[in-house]
Amino acid sequence: MSEATTRHTDAQQSGVVQVTGELIATRRVGAYHHLTFVAPGLAELARPGQFVALAVGGDTSANLLRRCFSIHKVSPSGTYGGTVDIVISAVGPGTQWLSTLRAHDEVDIVGPLGRPFPLPKEPVACVLVGGGYGSAPLFWLAEGLRERGCHVEMVLGAATESKLFGVVEARRYADGVSVTTDDGSAGTKGWVSDVLAEVIRRTGAAVVYGCGPMGMLKSITDVAAAEGAVAQVAVEESMACGIGVCMTCVMPVRGNDGATRMVRSCVEGPVFRGDRVRWDAFVDGECRVPADTVGAPRVGGH
Amino acid sequence: MAVDMSVRLGGATLPSPMMTASGCAANGRELARFFDIRELGAFVTKSVMADPRSGRGTPRMAETPAGMLNSIGLQGPGISAFVDKDLAWLKQAGARTLVSIAGNTSGEFADVAATLRSSDAFDAVVGVEVNISCPNVANRGLVFACDPMASAKVVALVREQLPRDIPIFAKLTPDVTDIVSVAQACVKAGADGLTMINTLLGMVIDTDRLRPQVAGVTGGLSGPAIRPVAVRAIWQTRAAMLEGRLPTVPIIGVGGVRTGRDALELVAAGASAIQVGTATFNDPSAPVRVGRELSELLQDKGFERLTDAVGVAHGRLA
Ligand SMILES: Cc1cc2nc3c(=O)[nH]c(=O)nc-3n(C[C@H](O)[C@H](O)[C@H](O)COP(=O)(O)OP(=O)(O)OC[C@H]3O[C@@H](n4cnc5c(N)ncnc54)[C@H](O)[C@@H]3O)c2cc1C
Ligand SMILES: Cc1cc2nc3c(=O)[nH]c(=O)nc-3n(C[C@H](O)[C@H](O)[C@H](O)COP(=O)(O)O)c2cc1C
Ligand code: FES
Repeated sequence: MSEATTRHTDAQQSGVVQVTGELIATRRVGAYHHLTFVAPGLAELARPGQFVALAVGGDTSANLLRRCFSIHKVSPSGTYGGTVDIVISAVGPGTQWLSTLRAHDEVDIVGPLGRPFPLPKEPVACVLVGGGYGSAPLFWLAEGLRERGCHVEMVLGAATESKLFGVVEARRYADGVSVTTDDGSAGTKGWVSDVLAEVIRRTGAAVVYGCGPMGMLKSITDVAAAEGAVAQVAVEESMACGIGVCMTCVMPVRGNDGATRMVRSCVEGPVFRGDRVRWDAFVDGECRVPADTVGAPRVGGH
Repeated sequence: MAVDMSVRLGGATLPSPMMTASGCAANGRELARFFDIRELGAFVTKSVMADPRSGRGTPRMAETPAGMLNSIGLQGPGISAFVDKDLAWLKQAGARTLVSIAGNTSGEFADVAATLRSSDAFDAVVGVEVNISCPNVANRGLVFACDPMASAKVVALVREQLPRDIPIFAKLTPDVTDIVSVAQACVKAGADGLTMINTLLGMVIDTDRLRPQVAGVTGGLSGPAIRPVAVRAIWQTRAAMLEGRLPTVPIIGVGGVRTGRDALELVAAGASAIQVGTATFNDPSAPVRVGRELSELLQDKGFERLTDAVGVAHGRLA
């Protein structure tokens, strides 16, 4: 084998880069922060549904673990070279640190990571459902679907109006948009799952794409199944590395052979077919290992 | 002139002292996307047991100040699938491999070692790390490495299964009153070296839900926060070697290494090689970056060989 073919660090071959990203724009959007970084080499490799993992707090940070964010959009070339955009909800120390960054600050970025949303081969109708910042990766997906001739509708939901993301963009990227809020401050009062069945029926959608909290993804999966559509959902499990080496981000998913395994959502996901995920295992903020999982602990110890 | 970074570990001579840490690097493919894993002195695999294991439920981790708590539950494919898929891959990738093995019983350790030895990819193996920091089912789940006798039994049984020229390293837990006595027992039973330290037992409470944050309730603490504990454990063991209380064998230092300077600390305390664990989650290329930084530091300090710096702090007590 020649030296060139055995090099493992080649970005095109490994499909991932680790780069120092320079922040070039940050702005508030409702409850969120929308950040744009120059990230050379990343944009060309990325697909909708993939994510990036950011180091937070600088070189001597006491917060060692990577923070993962869906890629909102990329542009391979522009005034600044390739850029990547993410949308952040500042909830804990890492996301708060990111939200206080200013233009020209630098952040170590690894990406693109994970498997993208699979695209249908035929120009079928699709519904894209986003909960809160979960809508962030969907606009880019909508664009790709429409290029393939798909009819695209979006359903955006959140607890309240300020936590909706991208309602205005949605009207540009989709053929139809529905909005729900828990408190009724915008759109229909209720959950995305309350309006989803009607949208699938009206459009005859074959695929439902979802990104948002786990509970929402489960109900999207249920509604899609009841309406005869396939659900493709991007999950959010707690991740320490984002690159497949720590085994913290696992969840029980059925494989092609029907067997359930604890799989890493950062490498085998974050996008899964909804009907493959063992939603029954998620209870009260924990995920148990279903008894029929490959290698599950036996009663009375391992 | 560049510093000679090579290191002899048992029978094997490695071009670099740098290694991944078990459970912090998966089994090779993932990190190979970030650096050439042949640059490492050795790639250390995730501890593997006899049968496939799902590991525990989630949450499996909590971030802590300069570290993390993990409770994975030794998820893995089992030794047969490991040798067929993972070790075979490491072999074709040209990686020198230090295979970490574990067991619920001392007999399971021996069975795992036997399957490893008979595998086609065994020539990729430069050593075996025996993770005795796991619960002994036969002794009410007490960690093997907390009991010198149980540790010795595991090491002796594994030693019998492996060819003489394959060094075995006992991986010790710092959660003991006297780490030197465990080290003595392991070396006497046939360990060619020691890896120290594994994680410290810790616990985090989720203050929103007021319940344990990880599903396994307790977990292993790792990262820069535990580095002083690693330095202490290595220091004590090396000091015992210098005093003739146990034979001098190589120590692989691990615990909280994030920079070349951190690595130098462990080396000066007595470590001949260095593993980088949790820091890899922060920086995927940390295991090789730390090696470069260590080499530069040694050069700045006028060392010609890494081996000259091993344990150097013992001779410089004020
Ligand atoms: C694939 C994926 C895509 C995501 N996309 C977005 C996004 O577009 N916008 C956004 O605001 N957030 C997103 N998240 C969630 C985001 O990663 C967490 O909110 C963030 O890591 C929390 O960091 P913190 O320091 O603020 O909180 P802390 O609770 O202090 O984080 C501590 C540790 O836990 C991990 N962690 C905590 N909560 C989560 C979580 N919900 N998901 C994953 N890891 C977590 C962190 O990575 C870190 O390692 C995504 C998560 C995943 C897995
Ligand atoms: C997520 C995680 C998984 C680990 N799994 C193993 C394992 O399977 N076997 C083992 O011997 N040590 C395991 N360890 C311990 C590390 O190999 C290392 O000894 C410890 O984390 C201290 O080093 P560090 O501070 O550089 O991480 C694990 C550590 C972490 C953080
Ligand atoms: S986040 Fe580390 S393996 Fe998935």
